[in-house]
Amino acid sequence: MRIVFKTNYMQDIRPWKDAYQLCLYLILLAVVAAAPWWLDDFYLGELTNVLIWAIAGLGLMILTGHTGQVSLGHATFLAFGCYANVILLEAGVPFLIAFPLAGILTGLAGVTVAIPALRLHGIYLAIFTMALSILMDDVIVLAEPITGGVAGKYLGGVEIFGFLVDRWGTPVQFFWLVLGVAVLVTLGYINLLRAPLGRSFIAVRDSEVSAQAMGVDIARTKMISFALSCAVSGWAGALMGMFSGAFNNETFSVLISIQLLMMIVIGGLGSIHGAFLGAIVIGFLPQFLSISKEYVGAVFGGNTVAIPGLEFGIFGMILIAFILFEPMGLYGRWLKIRTWFELFPFYRKDMFKRQKSYLKTERLR
Amino acid sequence: MDNAQLLISGLANGCVYGLIALGFVLIYKATEAVNFAQGDFMMLGAFVTIGLTNTEYMGLPFWMALPISLGIMGALGYLLDRLIIRRLFGESQTAVVILTIALGFVIRFAAGLIWGHEPQTLQNPLAGKEVRFGGLVLGMEDVAVIVVTILLTWGLYVFFSRTKLGLAMQGASQNQLAAYYMGIPVKRVQGFIWALAGVVAGIAGILFAAKGSVDPTTGLLGIKAFAAAVIGGFGSLPGALAGGLIVGVIEPFASRYIAAGYSQIAPYALLLAVLIFRPNGLFSQVRVKKV
Repeated sequence: MRIVFKTNYMQDIRPWKDAYQLCLYLILLAVVAAAPWWLDDFYLGELTNVLIWAIAGLGLMILTGHTGQVSLGHATFLAFGCYANVILLEAGVPFLIAFPLAGILTGLAGVTVAIPALRLHGIYLAIFTMALSILMDDVIVLAEPITGGVAGKYLGGVEIFGFLVDRWGTPVQFFWLVLGVAVLVTLGYINLLRAPLGRSFIAVRDSEVSAQAMGVDIARTKMISFALSCAVSGWAGALMGMFSGAFNNETFSVLISIQLLMMIVIGGLGSIHGAFLGAIVIGFLPQFLSISKEYVGAVFGGNTVAIPGLEFGIFGMILIAFILFEPMGLYGRWLKIRTWFELFPFYRKDMFKRQKSYLKTERLR
Repeated sequence: MDNAQLLISGLANGCVYGLIALGFVLIYKATEAVNFAQGDFMMLGAFVTIGLTNTEYMGLPFWMALPISLGIMGALGYLLDRLIIRRLFGESQTAVVILTIALGFVIRFAAGLIWGHEPQTLQNPLAGKEVRFGGLVLGMEDVAVIVVTILLTWGLYVFFSRTKLGLAMQGASQNQLAAYYMGIPVKRVQGFIWALAGVVAGIAGILFAAKGSVDPTTGLLGIKAFAAAVIGGFGSLPGALAGGLIVGVIEPFASRYIAAGYSQIAPYALLLAVLIFRPNGLFSQVRVKKV
């Protein structure tokens, strides 16, 4: 076990624990950035997809993982960011202005949603956002002059400093663009968590009453959380639009919202790692299923018929297993394994056990 | 006369929404959790009955298949609680929400595997019969839906407010620990309520399948039933029925009097409006927020 010897108060709020940890993450970043040299184009595309989902997951993680507000409607903001980006690009705004602006606009949209949503708690908020996500589908169809309705919109490559960045034409450049956004968002997220704002998010999540007693303005905190979360989701949506190239009202359905929430639950609520781990599961599950189907078909005789809904079925089962056996997600499992090794032989079974809270209601009848 | 006809068909649809919403409310009332898979439960109930009755499957007589399928649904509800939900005892509401959404996916997948993805209807003795009532033409199924729903809601309401078990359930939901101290078997009560919700979903499924066709994605109808439950305030049985009727009646009138394209958003717009202006539903049960 490494023991970090603290000699300075700044060490407590430094984004990394020690030089060793910093080195590990820099190596990871270098390996991922060099992916074009050790992956073929197909898997590079998959990796790009995973990174985009991870950015979307980070967006939802701010709201659900760290502020404790469950949203079943983040596809709304993915769609908003995507359309804002495309519409700005079509208006002739250069990408380097249009892209950040798309996120900021989505953040503002998030604030408008947050104002009524502030009064809602728990399940009511989940249902509110879910209804919002369903409505977004119809709103896109109704706003056909702007959004292209059912026919949808198309987006080719964009130009950055004279370089063409296109999903199909120049996948390597597109990958680096996505990686750059992912790194910037992650750095911003790490900094948020060590600032008073991020701490107040966590305080609101853990107990609104005690947060209020400590002088946290709950309404303002939730509003900022919504704004940041939606802005990041907007960027992820813009990248998703560029990744798929074509999209319409059904691209960002309520199923995407649900998938996004389930992704961060599988990854581990309340951790940055969780967003990335969940995205890896979501991104590679279809590939894994098709490979294992071929394998099963080869072993038990050529039964490789496509089973509709298989992906969501398997996905649901994985999720049920996680909630029952590992509520802290993949990242929680990793923490447990790491602690087991670090503390060997002193690890105990109940080390990560959380206290159960028994139900009390405010209902009178 | 047209409007009256619209009203009746809307009421019949609304009753089905109300029945699903009733399932939500039952579980919410007793465990303060929301079962997002209730719509899929209804779909499952419909398919179980179709599998027992329809001639291409087992071909049992309708009145014999009815109690069997309700029994199966009740058993499924109980097993679900016994095997899965009970392990989440003491966890947050969110965990149950996500779990039941996942469960919905699994049920949809399983139903697709077993019964296929084609829309199917239930072969029932009421099909095709009509009731004429002062110039109105009502399908026998519609009448059955309305009558059964009203009876069921009334029965459950009496059960919750009069019987010992019903009161025990309310106690268990208001304060689990205190309920334990008073000698209420909280876990058994919870198992019973999930079984009851399964039976209610089964009834809703049978009525729905008799009225129209079902396929595995029918369960997504549950989202509309959410609107019903939220309008009703999520803790009140008559409220759920009223919410269901409101949603059901609004739909046909919206599609008739509002431009096409805007009509299908009416229930959700109503849901949002209720949540914004009356966050605890029209029939609210929360008065003061206590620490």
